Amino acid sequence: MGGQKAGNRWTVYGVLILLWALFPLLWMLSLSFKDPSTFRSAKPTFFPKEWVWTNYKTVFSDSLFTSALRNSVGIALIATTLSVIVAMFASYAIARLDFPGKKVLLSMALAIAMFPQAALVGPLFNMWRNLGIYDTWLGLIIPYLTFALPLSIWTMSAFFRQIPWEMEQAAQVDGATAWQAFRKVIIPLAAPGVFTTAILTFFFCWNEFLLAISLTSTDRARTVPAALSFFTGASQFQSPVTAIMAASVVVTIPVVILVLVFQRRIVAGLTSGAVKG
Amino acid sequence: MAVHEQQATVAPPTAPARPPMSERTRHERRLGLMLSAPAFVVMVLVTAYPLVYAVVLSLYNYRLTDPAGKEFVGLSNYATVLTDPVWWTDFSTTLIITVVSVAVELVLGFGFAFVMYRILHGRGLVRTGILVPYGIITVVSAYIWRYAFQLDSGFINQWFGLGDFNWFGERWSSLFVIVLSEIWKTTPFISLLLLAGLVQVPWDLQEAASVDGASAWQRLARVTLPNMKAAIMVALLFRTLDAWRIFDNPFIMTAGANQTETLSFLAYRQNVTLLNLGVGSAISVLLFFTVVIIAFVFVKGFKTDLSQVRGDS
Repeated sequence: MGGQKAGNRWTVYGVLILLWALFPLLWMLSLSFKDPSTFRSAKPTFFPKEWVWTNYKTVFSDSLFTSALRNSVGIALIATTLSVIVAMFASYAIARLDFPGKKVLLSMALAIAMFPQAALVGPLFNMWRNLGIYDTWLGLIIPYLTFALPLSIWTMSAFFRQIPWEMEQAAQVDGATAWQAFRKVIIPLAAPGVFTTAILTFFFCWNEFLLAISLTSTDRARTVPAALSFFTGASQFQSPVTAIMAASVVVTIPVVILVLVFQRRIVAGLTSGAVKG
Repeated sequence: MAVHEQQATVAPPTAPARPPMSERTRHERRLGLMLSAPAFVVMVLVTAYPLVYAVVLSLYNYRLTDPAGKEFVGLSNYATVLTDPVWWTDFSTTLIITVVSVAVELVLGFGFAFVMYRILHGRGLVRTGILVPYGIITVVSAYIWRYAFQLDSGFINQWFGLGDFNWFGERWSSLFVIVLSEIWKTTPFISLLLLAGLVQVPWDLQEAASVDGASAWQRLARVTLPNMKAAIMVALLFRTLDAWRIFDNPFIMTAGANQTETLSFLAYRQNVTLLNLGVGSAISVLLFFTVVIIAFVFVKGFKTDLSQVRGDS
């Protein structure tokens, strides 16, 4: 049947898309297993001639990378948590309550989502130095939290709008205040949306580079993307290429795991804020 | 407020503008303000305030290397920036990268969305696969592609028989690789947005067009795309503004060599590398205005309906 054939054609396209998406990761993996002292060549090959673990040992014994990993995890988790909490209150209000300033808040979130972060690099750099939070976790957490807020607010208010609110009213009829209804009835119902928002926010913080190199100067607060751009390898005589790829593999693992486990949620979250449905 | 209280009639719970202020409404308004206050305060303090500060700094000749020499110079920093060929080179680089990557991503993203819409086997697998480039760190993507094209480590020249062509030796080939990395990383996002729009095109419209003898292309051009206009415009606006602030890829791949520096990169270099906060702030403010103009063109010129993005429908 023609239908069967047409179905096969879409499957072939699907495989091509997968190849396109994942092939660069194979290259990263392959390069990360090449020997750092011999991988350079006039005729480089795709796969290593000999697979070695040297690069992984190098990055994990380099404090530049290990401290960056610690900073990245800490800063991303804290900023995500704070952003999600702040956005949760705002999203509830947007989805549920009628109050003055609602439009202002939504427009402002939209404006900040479009905001060029580079326009703030100079003033933040100067302000943070004066406030003494330049090159600290706090100095990155504050802007990350802010720039993640619009994404968090949209995604979550879109989820919140789908919650069966009669249950909240039922609780209020039973004598609960609005705050109690929020805490005891809505939060458990809203948890999936909150969680999805947290994943997307985490991706944002994990990825951020411009502020990370502008507002840090040492391994005290330098995150992985920033550290990667300063990475010099095991010694100054050795090319950092393979070690950078090993570090890249390490920091891509959490992304792959999150994507594998929460594919459905991430897709729902990405599209819910932008297109109603 | 007391005036409203007197006209305490029954109103629907989502009454617009001026609801009568019953005890409950007042409580609701207070709660709404309280709950959104933290988000509001944070956003104002971290973006609006520094932006105003940037405007102020841009009126001074101010270098951190010479703080004592700070003096008011009016708009001369703007004149300096706008008459400097570097600004215009970086402007054109940013424009080229934005236009090319967004155009390619739109077509490619639509193709992806269509495949994901029609595919019967492995839909979840494809969606999972394309989420990996979406989630990957941009700096990592930049390194992956840079090393794939780099002379002494990359496989591209070997595979395509390009000998010792140095991709990063001149402007256009460098921009090609930068745009490639950008496209790889962000097409998934645009394709998912388009897929969400595609799913909402009423199926019976397609069916009717098909019965009327419309070919697949005609159905696409006359039925599917017009019905997806809102989703397409929103995806375009977001991606355009996102591409416009591109920084990571050129920074990692070329460090701005061979005229591949972008506007965000220029703002970073003046402010953070050269510590020239006066001129740097002027660049920041100008960059902000370019974004405002782009958004304005989309919203007014192309009638992009942002109400569905903002969620205040």
